[in-house]
Amino acid sequence: MATFKGILAPFRETTGFARWMLLIGLVIVVFFVVLAVGADWIAPYGFAQQSANGVDFKKAAPPGPGHLMGTDRLFFDVWSRVVYGARTALEVIILAVSVSLVIGLVLGLISGYVGGWIDRVLVLIMDVLYAFPGLLLAIVFGFLLAEKIGAGVISAAGAITVIYIPQYFRVVRSSTISAKESTYVEAARALGAPGRTVVGRYLFGNVIHSVPVIGTLNAADALLTLAALGFLGLGIQPTDGAEWGFDLSRALEDVSSGIWWTGLWPGLAIVLLVTGLTLVGEGLNETINPVLRKRRLRKITVEETQK
Amino acid sequence: MTDERRGMLSVRDLRVWYGTERGAAKAVNGVSFDLMPGETLGLVGESGCGKTTLGRGLLGLLPRGAFVDGDITFKGKPMPPLGSKEHRALRGTELGMIFQEPMTRLNPLMRISEHFEETMQAHDPGISKDQVRHAALEVLRVMGIPPTRYRSYPHEFSGGMRQRLTIALALVLRPAFIVADEPTTALDVLVEAQIIKILADMRREFDTALLLITHNLGIVAEACDRVAVMYAGRIVEMGAAREVFRNPEHPYTQELLRSTISLETTGLTYIPGAPPDLIMPPPGCLFHPRCPSAMEVCYEQRPVPLQLDSGQRVECWLHGPEDQIPSGGREPKVMREELSLADEA
Amino acid sequence: MAAQSGSLPRYIVQRLLLLIPMVWLTLTLVFLLMRVAPGDPVTASVGGRLPPQALEARREALGLNEPLIKQYWDYLSGVLQGDLGKTITDNTPITEIIKDNGGATLELTVAAMLFALVIGLPLGLLAGRYRDTAADGGIRLFGIVSYAAPIFFIGILFQLLFLNVFPGWPLLGQSTPITEFTVPTHTHILLLDSIIAGDGSATVDVLKHLMLPAITLGLLICGILIRLTRVNVLQTLQADYVEAARARGIPERKVVTAHAFRNALVPVITIIGLLVALLLGGAVLTEQTFAWPGLGSQLITYIEQRDYAAVQGIITLFAIVVVVISILIDIINALIDPRVRY
Repeated sequence: MATFKGILAPFRETTGFARWMLLIGLVIVVFFVVLAVGADWIAPYGFAQQSANGVDFKKAAPPGPGHLMGTDRLFFDVWSRVVYGARTALEVIILAVSVSLVIGLVLGLISGYVGGWIDRVLVLIMDVLYAFPGLLLAIVFGFLLAEKIGAGVISAAGAITVIYIPQYFRVVRSSTISAKESTYVEAARALGAPGRTVVGRYLFGNVIHSVPVIGTLNAADALLTLAALGFLGLGIQPTDGAEWGFDLSRALEDVSSGIWWTGLWPGLAIVLLVTGLTLVGEGLNETINPVLRKRRLRKITVEETQK
Repeated sequence: MTDERRGMLSVRDLRVWYGTERGAAKAVNGVSFDLMPGETLGLVGESGCGKTTLGRGLLGLLPRGAFVDGDITFKGKPMPPLGSKEHRALRGTELGMIFQEPMTRLNPLMRISEHFEETMQAHDPGISKDQVRHAALEVLRVMGIPPTRYRSYPHEFSGGMRQRLTIALALVLRPAFIVADEPTTALDVLVEAQIIKILADMRREFDTALLLITHNLGIVAEACDRVAVMYAGRIVEMGAAREVFRNPEHPYTQELLRSTISLETTGLTYIPGAPPDLIMPPPGCLFHPRCPSAMEVCYEQRPVPLQLDSGQRVECWLHGPEDQIPSGGREPKVMREELSLADEA
Repeated sequence: MAAQSGSLPRYIVQRLLLLIPMVWLTLTLVFLLMRVAPGDPVTASVGGRLPPQALEARREALGLNEPLIKQYWDYLSGVLQGDLGKTITDNTPITEIIKDNGGATLELTVAAMLFALVIGLPLGLLAGRYRDTAADGGIRLFGIVSYAAPIFFIGILFQLLFLNVFPGWPLLGQSTPITEFTVPTHTHILLLDSIIAGDGSATVDVLKHLMLPAITLGLLICGILIRLTRVNVLQTLQADYVEAARARGIPERKVVTAHAFRNALVPVITIIGLLVALLLGGAVLTEQTFAWPGLGSQLITYIEQRDYAAVQGIITLFAIVVVVISILIDIINALIDPRVRY
């Protein structure tokens, strides 16, 4: 039904702006993926390294030879921490988004297909979860999970996962319901197709269209949440990895001393990656959502009028 | 075809072309007609024949990049170029429009009274709300809308009533010329009859000249003085409504009338084929691929407008002029041109 | 097809009734959340500081040895009576903490919301009106980047900037100590109290302290407002009633403002609830960044001390605020949009 070509068709039709957004966004995201995957080769030092070749790093040195982005008060190299931060960021995002996708999908399918009181209860719970301030939810969960299993990638990802489940739940649930009830499905059943296959195919097409957009925008949000948790000290421990938000919390104290490089670079990294993900998500949204697609009407040239 | 300017609105050689990726779509391609005050001219044709473009074009409601050309005289003076600022200034007081879908043509957040106030204040900033109310209620009375509903919101009215409201809004400033683009297509039959009656009364009450665009020949027979039949951007036949229906001269008109369903219809007739591609129209007469009486000349030369003794104007080689038909041109074409049904307009 | 506008009172009652199950569900969620943690809260927070008997006494006082159901019941009935319990660490009633610090958070979030509306709405309208121009691109980019930049990062940048360009400008806190002590407390909202007291210099002082945090927090939701109004304007500009207005001779400028813009702004009301939720979350971060003495910084302090009771109490308040505001917004929306009255 939704052939590969069919999925790609809207992309080819995109007009200027959406295409640019998509392209630039992808470039940015790929850049960070490269940083994350190749951290061990790209970063000159470890994220908690305080000396090299027997020489201690200077404390809070401004950007200069040997330290592209300077060092911080704990003698760490800022650029290395930015690079390893990319790895932490991507690990957590991918984990959080995929888990919430799976949970939301399963619950949405069940809720939509089974209906009844299960559906009503789940919808109510999801609505409340959705309305609740996301960050507060993450803070509370981060706090609780940190107590239970210790602060780290898993607890941070777990805290973030919860926030996004309702979105996937809603999309999948409404697609399931309309797939179940649509006359299209009735007709197919009348022809003898087994209900499950038809619902599955119809669902697949619908969901394929919305999930990428929601997923990328979630990823952007998840990164901000992770950084917030790190800033509040509820995220990754500095000895386990580098995390941009945590670095920013330390950079806060540097401000009064005029030290700008400990905060600027991790901060820019967050802005850049989140923007990249958002551009991809918005670009996808514009290509897939027909309402926003702009029809192309050319202006008539003078030569044509002479004919 | 006389070149003399007659009546209130006089259109000569109007062209409206759209730009598309494949080239210019010649939606309106050389249309000429006259309209007298208080006269109703029906404009009929299939979808895609250009009648809506023509109607909207006269109000200047065209998309960006459209090419417009032609000679229009309005009330004795040349009309400013369609779509220009001076032309737009005529809207409301001189030109009016009634659209097809009444459900969405009123701002859902504004009361009816506010619609009227806005319209009248746009043209007369000093006018007071009482004066607006007075003028509005008068028009609404003619439309059959009670004064108690003056401060209601659009969603509190049915489709038929909303159409009457939009007609009232179009009329309140007494424009000399109104275009009604399929005003009853979205309404059910009973309501349709009411609206048509209102439009017919308009002629008498307000002396408005009306261009009534529709694909429903029954309406034309009821409400129009004259009718113009449009095909692929040109008017192929025009004359008094009664005459055209009694003696249709153009094969297309004949086919249209034949396909109309009435209580006496025993079999369904339709015109085979589809309207031509407006970007790359066929050579010769635009109708020849679907014409049952096509001749040799029809394949080669565009027909010229001809005034018949009956008063009708028609563009068809069947009627001549003889001196422009080459020898052998009157021979019926042996093979019918293949109709590609895939070329849906 | 004709609807009666007299069903407004009924709609309001319906919405208010919805308040009850929503608040109840939210409170239940908070309660369950807080019980998920291991061990017992008392040990976690003050375990090292008190002898075992005192700890046991605390546990009794907090009702932690009771069956879960009883604790749940106590919690719910407590909330209904306005009692959110006491903190574990210093035995302060939560309501008192809210009274002392809530005003600062209120000040911050309201100022941030105002800033976001004043900046975001017009930018969104303009972006939609001048679609695909450089202005549109620039505004959209601004919207994206302002959300992408974490609050604490923007805060740091602002502080660095003002340190260099406006050296005297206050970068932390809600006011100077002088203002804090001299302004008499009536409403517990410092800004209002300074105005009530007629104290010009105090008011200016508070405003100076408020500016950077408010802008920083406001930028968080600016992007959302821009995006929403832009999309709305794109749709309203193509609306049938807009074209009909043009056909009646209404000048283009008026068509754009009175029809397209106005109708585009109305749906913004519906997301105010979402924005408040975001602001509350963002307030926590803003208060940490600017040492703003609000509930957010209190929350973080109590989290660091593992004071479950305090965390539960403050989160409860936030949750109730969000639900109440959502219901209020529904009602206001019904008042404004004549179509919403089922």
